[in-house]
Amino acid sequence: MAQMTMVQAINDALRNELKNDPNVLLFGEDVGVNGGVFRVTDGLQKEFGEDKVFDTPLAESGIGGLAIGLSLQGFRPVPEIQFFGFVFEVMDSIAGQMSRMRYRSGGRYNMPVTVRSPFGGGVHTPELHSDSLEGLMAQTPGLKVVIPSSPYDAKGLLISSIRDNDPVIFLEHLKLYRAFREEVPEEEYTIPLGKAAVKREGSDLSIITYGAMVHESLKAAEELEKEGHSVEVIDLRTIMPLDVDTIIASVEKTGRAIVVQEAQRQAGIANHVVSEIMERAVLSLEAPVLRVAAADTIYPFSQAESIWLPNYKDVIETAKKVLNF
Amino acid sequence: MVENRHRGLGLSDETVLAMYEKMLLSRRIDERMWLLNRSGKIPFVISCQGQEAAQVGAAFALDRDKDYVLPYYRDVGVVVSFGMTAKELMLSGFAKAEDPNSGGRQMPGHFGQKSNRIVTGSSPVTTQVPHAVGIALAGKMEGKDLVTFVTFGEGSSNQGDFHEGANFAGVHKLPVIFMCENNKYAISVPIEKQLACEKVSDRAIGYGMPGITVDGNDPLDVYGAVKEAADRGRRGEGPTLIEAVSYRLTAHSSDDDDRIYRAPDEVAEAKTKDPIITFGAYLKETGVLNDDLEEQINKRVMQIVNEATDYAENAPYAEPEQALKYVYAEEQGGL
Repeated sequence: MAQMTMVQAINDALRNELKNDPNVLLFGEDVGVNGGVFRVTDGLQKEFGEDKVFDTPLAESGIGGLAIGLSLQGFRPVPEIQFFGFVFEVMDSIAGQMSRMRYRSGGRYNMPVTVRSPFGGGVHTPELHSDSLEGLMAQTPGLKVVIPSSPYDAKGLLISSIRDNDPVIFLEHLKLYRAFREEVPEEEYTIPLGKAAVKREGSDLSIITYGAMVHESLKAAEELEKEGHSVEVIDLRTIMPLDVDTIIASVEKTGRAIVVQEAQRQAGIANHVVSEIMERAVLSLEAPVLRVAAADTIYPFSQAESIWLPNYKDVIETAKKVLNF
Repeated sequence: MVENRHRGLGLSDETVLAMYEKMLLSRRIDERMWLLNRSGKIPFVISCQGQEAAQVGAAFALDRDKDYVLPYYRDVGVVVSFGMTAKELMLSGFAKAEDPNSGGRQMPGHFGQKSNRIVTGSSPVTTQVPHAVGIALAGKMEGKDLVTFVTFGEGSSNQGDFHEGANFAGVHKLPVIFMCENNKYAISVPIEKQLACEKVSDRAIGYGMPGITVDGNDPLDVYGAVKEAADRGRRGEGPTLIEAVSYRLTAHSSDDDDRIYRAPDEVAEAKTKDPIITFGAYLKETGVLNDDLEEQINKRVMQIVNEATDYAENAPYAEPEQALKYVYAEEQGGL
């Protein structure tokens, strides 16, 4: 096995799928010769040719519409939106068109598009380069939303996403791109969509989280362990469809839960997770379910982002409120 | 006797008569929809009236066995020429389960029929343009000899999706025919307030493709332009922008009152150029059509429309549970 960063793992998954299926196409702004502004598609155009991996004009809505047309003809497009904040430019294609094509055609068309896009804060990029907009996608029926927290998961989840017959929004956290390496098999493997991972088992508190906050939550769990609290950490991996069974089983075991997300309190998926717990496991709860989230503002200027972004200390503080309730 | 123009285009008398019949069928379906709407039987109509010549003329210039059409909401003439039946359009008007467009899910005028390569569209205008470009790219990559034909109004030619799609097709020399059906109004806003350039076809130069303006009331003029564009596309010479100028003879939709924003004289003047009348006159002047034949065609069309109406009115609605289907792929577990 090789040690890979998330960037390398994603590149490896894309290479695997380009080899595996002649219908897979990669395109977007600067993904060809340049290999993507984050080098995620590095070397792929050279290896697979300009028909399979190509640069588009700088026009996001056109990229989304092109993906739809190609899907209607049986291709599996994997367009890249250069930064997920630019998704507003292609929102109609994603939320107004590809998410609805099967429904409005009475099941006659699939839309096997995987929209890849970097998102998330902590690397001193400004607003619209750092935003956590996954909640907008998760609130759109017809879309699946996948957010890996590690190189291993990124590869397995991306291969599943590309092979899925539904449109998948695959969000790659900027801070995790090169944060660490881990062992990633060079051969192909898949991780099913809609299945959370229990990253750490515990009996006193469930932390439900995803993306970069998985690592802050694991760090918080270690600190809490030192004080005698046994904390379970669940990485959702797919926020839509949500793995409600895993969440509820954990909450029924621990009786206490917090939801940790990088998105603002009004955004993300935390509110949905809390609602599911209330509807299904309220009698198991020993304390209210609390949230750790960013403030309800626009993503701030970079000098302020370390204060604005939730971190492991915020997680510990909120966890203690619930543990000591 | 006027000059016989259709023979010069390679069109037989039978073909031009078939074109006339499709135009008439489109008009009569549309008129019936209005009656049904005004009697409270169907919720909504959005008309093709005044644009049938452009629609049918264009459709006949395409290969109706392999080309793809991405119509906009007025294109009754395009879809009936591509194989959608009056019955199917009526099923859509009544929003019945058998509606091939969407099983009653979408508004009337949101055409789609996979078997006839009529690609489903949606309500925000011009979204179909980049889809047509994607299908053309797919065809080019697979070495298929197909052309995609996409229509939109002159107001729509302001949308980003028109420009983004046209640019991509121009850069990659894709076989796309962009046809603007310029009916002079975007609901209430006249073309002078929509475009700063004189003609919609002027926009082609920005995307490296020919732009031509034709008389949208003349199906032969439109046929000639679309035929040439389709031939260019098949030769690998890239896309074409065609502007077919006609006039919207009805209000924007059954929910619109056009007396607020346009003068009755203007509409009356436009009606003297109604393509159903002028093309009928041409066919008579060239000896292709006579009164007997005209009566036969009219009878046939009315019978088709009557039968379609009766069938659709009596057809069942979709079961309510159908509303929960087709959100996610079911073979993969769905949700």
